[in-house]
Amino acid sequence: MTCHSALKSLLGGATLALALAAPAVAQETIKIGAVLSATGPASFLGDPEEKTLKLYVDRINAAGGVGGRKIQLVTYDDGGDANKAKTFAQRLVEEDKIVAMVGGSTTGTTMAMIPVFEDAEVPFISLAGAIEIVEPVRKFVFKTPHTDKMACEKIFDDLKKRSLAKIGLVSGTGGFGASMRKQCLAVAAKYGVEIVADETYGPKDTDVTPQLTKIKGTAGVQAVVNADFGQGPAIVTRNYRQLGITLPFYQSHGVASKQFIDLAGEAANGVRLPASALLVADKLPDSDPQKKTVVGYKTTFEEVAKQPVSTFGGHAYDGLMMVVDAVKRANSTEPKKLRDAIEATKGLMGTAGAITMTPTDHMGLDLTAFRMLEIKNGDWTLAN
Amino acid sequence: MAELLQFIFSGLTVGAVYALVALGFTIIYNASDVVNFAQGEFVMLGGMATVFLAAAGLPLPLAAIAAVVVTVAVGLGLYLFAIKPARGASAVTLIIITIGASIALRGAAQIVFDKQFHRLPSFSGDDPIHILGATILPQSLWVIGGAGVILAALWWFFRVTLTGKAVLATAANRLAASLVGIDTRFVVGLSFALSAAIGAIAGILVAPITLTSYEVGTMLALKGFAAAMLGGMGNPIGAVAGGLLIGLLEAFGAGYLSSTYKDAFAFVVILLVLFVMPGGLFGARSVERV
Amino acid sequence: MPALLRRFLPVLILLALVVALPFLLKSAYQLRVATLVFTAGLTAIGLNILMGHAGQVSLGHAGFGGIGAYAVAILPTHYGIHPLAAFGLGVCAAGLLAYAVGRPILRLRGHYLAVATLGMGMLIAMVIQNQQGLTGGPDGMQVPRMELFGWRVRGAETWYWICGGFLILGAVLAVNLIDSPTGRALRAVHDSEVAARVLGIDVARAKLTAFTISAVYAATGGALLAFVNAFVTPDIAGFLHSVELVTMVVLGGLGSVVGAVVGATILVVLPQVLTVFHEYEHLAIGLIMIGVMIFMRAGVVPTLIGLVRGRSA
Repeated sequence: MTCHSALKSLLGGATLALALAAPAVAQETIKIGAVLSATGPASFLGDPEEKTLKLYVDRINAAGGVGGRKIQLVTYDDGGDANKAKTFAQRLVEEDKIVAMVGGSTTGTTMAMIPVFEDAEVPFISLAGAIEIVEPVRKFVFKTPHTDKMACEKIFDDLKKRSLAKIGLVSGTGGFGASMRKQCLAVAAKYGVEIVADETYGPKDTDVTPQLTKIKGTAGVQAVVNADFGQGPAIVTRNYRQLGITLPFYQSHGVASKQFIDLAGEAANGVRLPASALLVADKLPDSDPQKKTVVGYKTTFEEVAKQPVSTFGGHAYDGLMMVVDAVKRANSTEPKKLRDAIEATKGLMGTAGAITMTPTDHMGLDLTAFRMLEIKNGDWTLAN
Repeated sequence: MAELLQFIFSGLTVGAVYALVALGFTIIYNASDVVNFAQGEFVMLGGMATVFLAAAGLPLPLAAIAAVVVTVAVGLGLYLFAIKPARGASAVTLIIITIGASIALRGAAQIVFDKQFHRLPSFSGDDPIHILGATILPQSLWVIGGAGVILAALWWFFRVTLTGKAVLATAANRLAASLVGIDTRFVVGLSFALSAAIGAIAGILVAPITLTSYEVGTMLALKGFAAAMLGGMGNPIGAVAGGLLIGLLEAFGAGYLSSTYKDAFAFVVILLVLFVMPGGLFGARSVERV
Repeated sequence: MPALLRRFLPVLILLALVVALPFLLKSAYQLRVATLVFTAGLTAIGLNILMGHAGQVSLGHAGFGGIGAYAVAILPTHYGIHPLAAFGLGVCAAGLLAYAVGRPILRLRGHYLAVATLGMGMLIAMVIQNQQGLTGGPDGMQVPRMELFGWRVRGAETWYWICGGFLILGAVLAVNLIDSPTGRALRAVHDSEVAARVLGIDVARAKLTAFTISAVYAATGGALLAFVNAFVTPDIAGFLHSVELVTMVVLGGLGSVVGAVVGATILVVLPQVLTVFHEYEHLAIGLIMIGVMIFMRAGVVPTLIGLVRGRSA
């Protein structure tokens, strides 16, 4: 692996030397940066993101690059630490002189890095969930994933359809869970949903039966929603079954990976969750406009990375494609022109849905991009 | 009643894991005065190695045994290549070495294994056992039972076997032990091997319940260390009691107080206990000499 | 004169470093790394007073750093207090807290003290993590820019000089403290508490002083880091950060002011250098820590000084 990347940087260096030697002939590489939480508590996000970026940059370059120019990817691992992320962001801008950034696995690292890219006027496509990243809109900051607010809304919408009004919420205290809990509490009233039990657990907790026992004992609970990502939801789901709770059970888009089903086992059956079409790629009707994109990404990723596809890696794919698309349209790699081109992205088909940016919307996705899935017999199915 | 029982089951399951980690701390500390912050990595190695050996085609029991052997080898390696060369260094220097070892082991694990979460199949199925309205998983019984068996085996080892007595003698007074002909270096090496084995077994037993990844060791080391101190550093019974107590405190804290502050609740109790009993629950009331 | 020179040699070395670095560092990124070394170094100098001179371990000092950092984030954002006043209040709060909890906690010895300080640090981190309305929770919060007489304090170079200044100030105070009666009392406590008590030293008081001073250093370092980043997350108060601080002090050399800064340099700069190893980075950091501690068991600076002395003798 290292041998490979060493070779790659060597090749990159050679390309650069060539470019310096004959500037008129050889085209400069397109330098894209990525600060990801490839290790640490958020490696669940950063690891597939990093793999996706490397994999697709290699593929694009093998196919001749973008407009004849190769992409050079510079990645750093922030370990989930916002302070480190900011340092690496500055390094990307000043030392590596990147033209765009695809990264920032968590909301914390993203928020810490925003000022660096705003000051340097380099476009920054974040892969983190929270709505604060694009609200208020910042000139150079975009994001690819759906927000946690949308996940809450999609779940509450489904609850409403099933006439379930009183729910128990159990959320992780890590960044993802805490942020989604806040959003769910905020939008619940709008959907006529009442949160009658509100429990939390730590990101590394290994048993959540006390919290679930409390929810089970709360009068009037009609459904339970779990807001978290990583291994927590798998443990919650297994505990849920252990306690014999039979109420409808919802997870968030944070578990949108086959790995969740593997970890939760039998207990995963019957769980509903909002997620992008990626997870049900092969079950989509051929008429679905997203089918080609998601099947393509899923097959490629699983073949090379040898692990089940997750929507997180998909976010990185979407981010990279947005930059590639912008480079083509702007016919330039000047960061400011790239920014303008990214803001003009229209109908770009990503794994999360069709992306259409506007000056007031730097995410470009709506609720229709989310599908409500149900796990049946250890596999995803489209609910309703 | 059913609720209370459910909290107790939860607390005992989680506590048994803490107890096993605390036992590992205790054994190494007794033999060498080293507080081994890489203890959590032994637990991680046990679980992860079993997962990967099983995935490579080994039957589960064989994979588990092989994983224990691998972890013991790593434990001995830690002693031979990191602790032994630093003999005579101050306690805090040795602690930093073990912290370095834990970072290195985690770094190696993310390369050798991967960064995903994994689960082992439960040894006796996933159907919960119902007792008075509360439920417990068969795997929890494996964990609690495993902790009991390990404790009993340790008791037998230290009280009955000659080697065990040599370890105890070294723990009591290293100089005196070496004067009566005990190879204290062998004893320290043995204690690292023993701790690694206990950690690995714990890691295998809990992997079906708690899942495992290259990173699970950090939290376990922290809780295990707290458990060992709560019980009284150096006392195996204290380590087990400390572990179970912290597990129960967390479960009761989450169940009756606030799930957000359950860890805080556990630590406040630890602080209060230490203020009253500065040597832990079962610690020796030692007198400092000049 | 030579005695005075020897006493302030560490300060002079650090001063030379702070002044010379801007000539060597090319970009704002490199200045930022140096600034991070200064803030971490300041905290490490303070912790070194507690660990190196009073001989007491703390696994919770990141908690005090967190108090300083969140004071400059929360007070201006939610209560409209001027950042400079918030800075002062945060540092005082950390000092007062250390003074209050220090009395019962410092009665504990060795590993028991370690676990008690660990618990204290975890409690602070937990409050920061969970009081989402106030602290922004795990995603962190923005730190408002400081404004002084209409001038917005910003830019890598500005913060470099501010943090460098604090580092020098911290070093001067530490050097003075070590040579004061309190410093001598601390050293006596370090060697033997009972003997110190027999000599008539108020052991509890000496330890409490060191604990409080080190907390003030940590809070100052934390607040500066928050200003530099203009953003804080709960990581700053976390257990892993506490361990990192202890590692800095021990790696650099217990009892050495320059050592604390060297330790901070190692842990801040190493991850930047080791990015060339990609996924082998953590393995490399761990092995380097083990190697340094085996071959320089007194810490980098004291070992090097010993080597130089040994050669010249």
